[in-house]
Amino acid sequence: MSADFLATIFIVLMGIAVLVYAIADGYDLGTGILLPLDNEKHRDTMIASIGPFWDANETWLVLAVGLLLIAFPKAHSQIFYHLYIPATFMLAGLILRGVSFDFRAKTSVSQKPLWDKAFKFGSLLTSFCQGYMLGRYVLGFAEGWQATGFAVLSGLGVSAAYGLIGAAWLIYKTEGELQQKAKAWLTMLSRITFIGIIAVSLANLAVNPDVFSRWFELPLAFFVIPIPALCLACFAYLEWTVSQQKRHFRDISPLLAVMLIFTLSFCGLGFSFFPEIVPGGITIWEAAAAPESLQFLLIGALIVVPTIGVYTGYSYWVFRGKATALSYE
Amino acid sequence: MLDVLILSRIQFAANISFHILFPTITIALCWFLLYFKIRQHITPHPVWQRAYRFWVKIFALTFAMGVVSGITMSFQFGTNWPGFMETVGNVAGPLLGYEVLTAFFLEATFLGIMLFGQGRVSPRTHTLATVIVAIGTTLSAFWILALNSWMHTPTGFEMRDGVAFPVSWLEIIFNPSFPFRMIHVLIASGLTAAFLIAGISAYRILKGDTKKTPQQSLKIAIIVAAILAPMQALVGDLHGLNTFEYQPQKVAAMEGVWETEKGAPMLLFAIPNEKERRNDFAIGIPNLASLILTHSAEGEIKGLNEFKGEHPPVFAVFWSFRTMVGMGLLMLIISWISLAFLLKRGQLPKPLLMVLCGMTFSGWVATLAGWYVTEIGRQPYLVTGILKTADAVTTLPPSHVGLSLSIYLTLYAVLLCAYIYTLFSMARKAVNTPEYEESDIPHVASPHAEHFHEQPVKKVIDEKLGGS
Repeated sequence: MSADFLATIFIVLMGIAVLVYAIADGYDLGTGILLPLDNEKHRDTMIASIGPFWDANETWLVLAVGLLLIAFPKAHSQIFYHLYIPATFMLAGLILRGVSFDFRAKTSVSQKPLWDKAFKFGSLLTSFCQGYMLGRYVLGFAEGWQATGFAVLSGLGVSAAYGLIGAAWLIYKTEGELQQKAKAWLTMLSRITFIGIIAVSLANLAVNPDVFSRWFELPLAFFVIPIPALCLACFAYLEWTVSQQKRHFRDISPLLAVMLIFTLSFCGLGFSFFPEIVPGGITIWEAAAAPESLQFLLIGALIVVPTIGVYTGYSYWVFRGKATALSYE
Repeated sequence: MLDVLILSRIQFAANISFHILFPTITIALCWFLLYFKIRQHITPHPVWQRAYRFWVKIFALTFAMGVVSGITMSFQFGTNWPGFMETVGNVAGPLLGYEVLTAFFLEATFLGIMLFGQGRVSPRTHTLATVIVAIGTTLSAFWILALNSWMHTPTGFEMRDGVAFPVSWLEIIFNPSFPFRMIHVLIASGLTAAFLIAGISAYRILKGDTKKTPQQSLKIAIIVAAILAPMQALVGDLHGLNTFEYQPQKVAAMEGVWETEKGAPMLLFAIPNEKERRNDFAIGIPNLASLILTHSAEGEIKGLNEFKGEHPPVFAVFWSFRTMVGMGLLMLIISWISLAFLLKRGQLPKPLLMVLCGMTFSGWVATLAGWYVTEIGRQPYLVTGILKTADAVTTLPPSHVGLSLSIYLTLYAVLLCAYIYTLFSMARKAVNTPEYEESDIPHVASPHAEHFHEQPVKKVIDEKLGGS
C-alpha cells in the first residue's frame, strides 16, 4: 500500500473519530452545561441519561488525539505546540467533570451540590476550550486580538452547539417537565448555534482566500452546495418541530437533525482544508508516519473499529428508552 | 527559574504517578469482582451479591479517575515530548493505537453495562460484561507495558536517519524485559487490590460492622495477598536478573555499587554521595548482592564508574528500591500472619485489623517506588541507547509548562484527598446497612438440588434484595 493512500485512509479514520467524539461527548458535555443548579431531581435524571455512555464517549477523544499522534506525529506536535494552554485547561475541565460524575453519587449528601457545580463548570470549561482551540486552528494559529476574538467566539459557538445536542438528547431521553424544559433550551440554542455557524463560516471565508475559492469555484461548488443547504433545512426543521403542540415528531428526530448539522459542519470544515492537516501549514502526506507502522495499525483498525460499532450499538440498545434513576443494583 | 526540561519531567512524573494509582487497582479489582460474581452463580448467597455491589461502586470511581488522568497522558507525549514521537513514533504509535482500539473501548463500553445494566440484561450477560471489562483492563496493561518495556530494552527495529523503523512487531512487543515486567506489574496490581479490599474491610469491622460481607471480603483478600506476596518476591528477583543482563547501570544504582567489584555486599543502609562518587554511612551484608545477582558469592558486579555520564541518579533509585522491597516484605509478613490467624481462629485480632487498615494503600507505595526504580533507572535515556530524555523535550516556554504543572498538581491533590475520603465514607455508610435475614439465605440441600433449583432460588433472592 502506498504511503499517500495510507495517509488518506488514516485522515478519514481520524475524521470519523473526531466527528463521533463531537457528537457523542457533545451530548454529554451539553447535558452537563444545561444542568439546572436549582432542581436536584432534574439533575439526577439528566446525569442518569448519560451515565452508561460517557466513559465510552470520552474514549473517542483518546482515539482521535491518538490517531493524530500516531499517524501524523509532526502535525500533533505543531498543533499542540500552539494550543498548549487551552489544551491544558480543557484537560482540567475534562478531569473535573469526569470525576464529579462519580463523586456526586458516592460522597456524603452534603457535598453533592458541590460536585454538581464542578460537573457543570467542568463541562462548560471543556466545551469552551475545544471551541477556542478550533478557532485558533482554523486561523492557522494566527496571533493578534482579532484571532483571539475569533477563537473566543468559536468557543462560545461550540459551547452552544454542545448545549444544543445535549438538549436534543434530553428530549429523546426524558419526559414530562424536564422534556418541556429541554425543548425550550433546544429552541434558544439552535438559534445561537445557527448564528455561530454563519459567523464562523463567514470569518473562515474572509480570512482564508484559498477556502473562498474552493467553495465558490465551479465545478466543485456544485457538489458542496448541498452542505449549507441541508444545514439550513435542519435548523428550519428544529425551529418548526419544537413549536408544534401536537406530537408531530418522534422524540429522537431533533437529535438526528442535530447530528446531521454536526456532520455537515464537520464535512464543510474538512472540505475547506483537505489535504492540509495544519491550515496554511503541512499536508497529511508530509505529516504521516512510516507506512510499515500505519499498515500494522490499519489491520487491527479494520477489524476492531466495526466491532466497536457493534458493541456500542448493543450498549445503546440495552439502555434504550427513557432514562431511569441510575442504580448499581 | 526552572528550565522546561525539569518542569516537563516533573509534570510527566506527576501525571503518570497520579494515573498509575488507579489502573493498578482496577486491573486486579475487576478480577476480584468477577470472583464475587462467579460465587453468586455457584451459590446464590446474598453475601457475594453485597460484596459485589459494594466493590463495584469503588471500581466505578477508581475507573473514572483512571480514565480522566489517562486522557492527560495521551496529550503529554506530543505536547511535552515531541522528540519521542519524532524518533520512535513508528514503534510507539501502533502500540498505543492498539491499546486504545482493543482495550480502551472494550472496557469503557461494557463498563456501562457492568455498572448499570444488572436490571436490563440477564445475569449471565452481566457476568460476561464483567469478564470483558476484566480482560479489557488486563489487555490495556499488556500494550502499555509492551511499549514501556521496549523503551527499556528496545529490539526488533532499525535506525534510518536517526528515526526508528519497525522490523519485527513480534520482537518489538515481546522484547526481553516485557514478560518479566508484565507479570511483575500484574502481581503488583493483585497485591494492591488485595490490600485495599483487606484495609477497607478491616475498617468496616473496626467501625462495628458485624455483617458477613466484610468478613468474607477480608478473608479472600488475605488469601490472595498471602499467595501473591511470595510470588512477587520470586518474580521481582527474576526481573532484577533480567535488568542486570540488559541494564547493568540500573542495577548498579539500585545496589549502590560505584566501583566494579567481586563479592559486592547488599547494602541495608547507605547515603549515596554522587559528588564524591561513594556511599556514606554504608551498612551491608557482605557478598549478598553478588550472590543474588550472579549466584556466586564472588560474582562481579559492574560499578557505576564504568557508565560515567550514562547512569541514572543514584540516590533516588537506591532508596526507591529499598522502599519497594521493604513494603513488599511488610506485605508478605502481614498477609502471612493474618492468614495464620484466619486458619487458627477464623478471625483477626483488633491490632492486626488496625495494621491492615493502615496498610490500605500500601500497594500504592510499593507500586510507585517500583516504577521510580525502573523509570529513573532508565535515565538519562528515554529509550535506552536511542534517545536521551533531554533531546526529546519541547521548546515551549517554561512559563507555559509551569502553569500547566501547577494546575495539574492542584487538581491531583484535591482529587486524591476526595478519593480517599470518599472510599472511607462509603465504608462508613455500609456499616449502617442492616444484615440480610436468615430467610434470605437459600437453603441448599445437596449439589444436585442446587443445580435443579438454581434459577428459582436466585430469583427469590434477587427480588428480596431489590435486583433482578
